[in-house]
Amino acid sequence: MLTRLPSDLTMAEAARGPGGARVDLLLVADMVERGSKVLDVGCGDGELLRILAERRAVDGRGIELSREGVNECVAKGLAVVQGDADTDLVDYPDDGFDYVILSQTLQATRHPRQVLEHMLRIGRRAIVSFPNFGHWGIRLQIMFGGRMPTTDNLPYSWYDTPNIHFCTIKDFRALCDVVGVRMEKATALNAWGRPLRLAAPWWFWNLFGEQAVFLLSRGRKSDVR
Amino acid sequence: MAEANLTVVRDATARAREADSPHSPVVRFAPDQPLQLDAGVELAPFQIAYQTYGTLDAARANAVLICHALTGDQHVANIHPVTGKPGWWETMVGPGRPIDTDRYFVICPNVLGACMGTTGPSSTNPATGKPWGLDFPVTTVRDMVRAQAMLLDHLGIESLFAVAGGSLGGMQVLQWTASYPQRVFAALPIATGTRHSAQNIAFHEVGRQAVMADPDWRGGRYLLEGTNPRRGLAVARMGAHITYLSDAALHRKFGRKFQDRSNPTFSFDADFEVESYLRHQGSSFVERFDANSYLYLTRAMDYFDLAADYDGVLARAFKNTPTRFCVISFTSDWLFPTSESRAIVHTLNAAGARVSFAEITTDKGHDAFLLDEPELFAIVRGFLDAAGKARGLNGGR
Repeated sequence: MLTRLPSDLTMAEAARGPGGARVDLLLVADMVERGSKVLDVGCGDGELLRILAERRAVDGRGIELSREGVNECVAKGLAVVQGDADTDLVDYPDDGFDYVILSQTLQATRHPRQVLEHMLRIGRRAIVSFPNFGHWGIRLQIMFGGRMPTTDNLPYSWYDTPNIHFCTIKDFRALCDVVGVRMEKATALNAWGRPLRLAAPWWFWNLFGEQAVFLLSRGRKSDVR
Repeated sequence: MAEANLTVVRDATARAREADSPHSPVVRFAPDQPLQLDAGVELAPFQIAYQTYGTLDAARANAVLICHALTGDQHVANIHPVTGKPGWWETMVGPGRPIDTDRYFVICPNVLGACMGTTGPSSTNPATGKPWGLDFPVTTVRDMVRAQAMLLDHLGIESLFAVAGGSLGGMQVLQWTASYPQRVFAALPIATGTRHSAQNIAFHEVGRQAVMADPDWRGGRYLLEGTNPRRGLAVARMGAHITYLSDAALHRKFGRKFQDRSNPTFSFDADFEVESYLRHQGSSFVERFDANSYLYLTRAMDYFDLAADYDGVLARAFKNTPTRFCVISFTSDWLFPTSESRAIVHTLNAAGARVSFAEITTDKGHDAFLLDEPELFAIVRGFLDAAGKARGLNGGR
C-alpha cells in the first residue's frame, strides 16, 4: 500500500540540516533504514552519501558520471566509482544492496526504464527523485512562452541540457506500472521545497509538485488511488 | 631516520655492491626457510632489502606496504644511495604527505629479482660464489608477494593497513589482495591492470632483445666477464620510457625543438631535444640498474595474469574480499589505460567489494603516478583517512 511521508517531520529536520542540506536529499535519507547497504547512482559530489552515512549509518557506495564529482567523492573518503548508469549497472550482481538510489538523475539517463529495472534487480528497494515536468510553472512556460522551459532547478537550454528524458509524476507512475514495481511511499515538494499535503490528490501533486520522491520495491503494481 | 644513515656512494661499482650488501636493512632467510617459486623450484637462501619510515603503533595496525615499479626500488622517500637523488615517491610518502609517515609505518621492500639488495640475478649464488646471472630462476609477481609476506612475518606484522603501488607495484597490490585478502585492510592499485596486455608484452620483448643483442651482455654472464651491456639496456630504457609518457606530454615538453642548435646538422647526432632527453634517460638508467634484472622483472610483468590463477574468472580472485579498494588511472596512460582499471572495478563491484575508482585527467601518461598530481594526492589522502577511521587508527586529523 502506498503511504506518504509525514511532511512536518521532514521540514523540521531540514531546518536543522547541517550546512543547509537539501530538503530532497533529507527526504530520500528518511526513506532509508538505518545500517542498510546503499548504492547511490549519480551521486554527484557525494552530499547524499555523506548525509546517509551521518544520519542513517549506511554502508554507502556511489556511481558518478562526471570525473570531477568522482574525484571529489573519493577524496572525501566515499566509495565512489566513475561510471554510467546506462551502461554500468549491468555489472552489479543481483541483491547486492538494500537500496539503490537515483537522486535527480532519472531524467538524464538514456534508458530510464532499463535503469529502473536494474535498480530493482540490484537492490531490494529503489528510491527515485526527479523534477516534475508537470509542474504548473513549466506548463505555463510552454503554454504562454511557447519555448522549452528553464527554471532555477533546471537552468539548461534545450540544446545543451543533460536532461533528455523529462517526465511528470503521472508519467513516472505509469512507468512503475509498466515495469511492475510497487510504490511504497511517495512525496512531492512544492517550489519552495515544502512537501505537499499528504492527502492531496495525485493531480494536485502533478500540478504543484516541483520535485517528487518515490520509494519502490519489487512486486506487482500497487493500487494507487 | 633512514635518510641520516645513508651516505651516497657514486662510483662504478656502487650498484654492484648494492646487490649483496645494500644500504638498507636486510632480512636473510636461511636455507631451511625456502621461497617456493611458481617456476616449481625453491629459492634458498635468499634475502630481502627494505626501507621503513615512521613508527609501528602498539597495535601493529598502521603498517603500509609500498610496492615499487619495474625500475623502482625500496628507496621511496630517502636519498638514493647510488644516484644521490631524492626518493622516487617523496611527493606521496613522508611526514604530512598523503601516505603520512607521522601516522603510518611505511615499509618498502626491493622486489625479488631486482638489483638493490633483494636476491636477484646480480646477487651472489651461494652454490657457486658467483653472480646468479641467467641461472637465477624466473620469478613472478606472485613470487614477489610471497617473499614480501615472509618479510612481514619476520617483522611481526600480521595485517597491513594498506598496500599501495603503481604499474608493477599495482600488480603486486592486486596479487596481495588475492593471495592474502585477510592481511590487507585497504588497497591502492594505481595505473595497473590484472594482466599484461599483448602490446605491453611486445614492448618488453623489444627491450629484452635490445639487451641481449648487446655483445657486452655475454649471454647474461657480463658480471663474470667484467663487461656491462650499457648500450642494450639504454636502448631498452629509451624505448620503454616513451611508453611511460604520452604524445601530448612529449609535444608539450619538446615539440620539434632542436638541442643546442638552430638548424639540423644533417647527421645522426641528437639534433632534437627529445632525442637528447631519451639518450640521457638511457645512459643514467644503466648506472643504477642491472641488465639481467631488467629481463627478469619485465618477464614477471609479462607473466602476470591474475584471472589465470582462478580458472580465468577474475571475480574468484576477489570473492568475499574484505579489503576496501581505491583504483586509480590516468587519462593519458596508454600502457595501462583506464579500461584496464575499469575492468578491475567491474570485477570488484560484482564481488560486492567496497571500491572507489577515480580517473585523473593529465597528459603525463603512465608516469603520472610518480609525478606531482594534486588530484592524486587528494584522493589517496582522503581514501586513507576514511580507511584509517574505519580501522580505528589513532592520530587521525
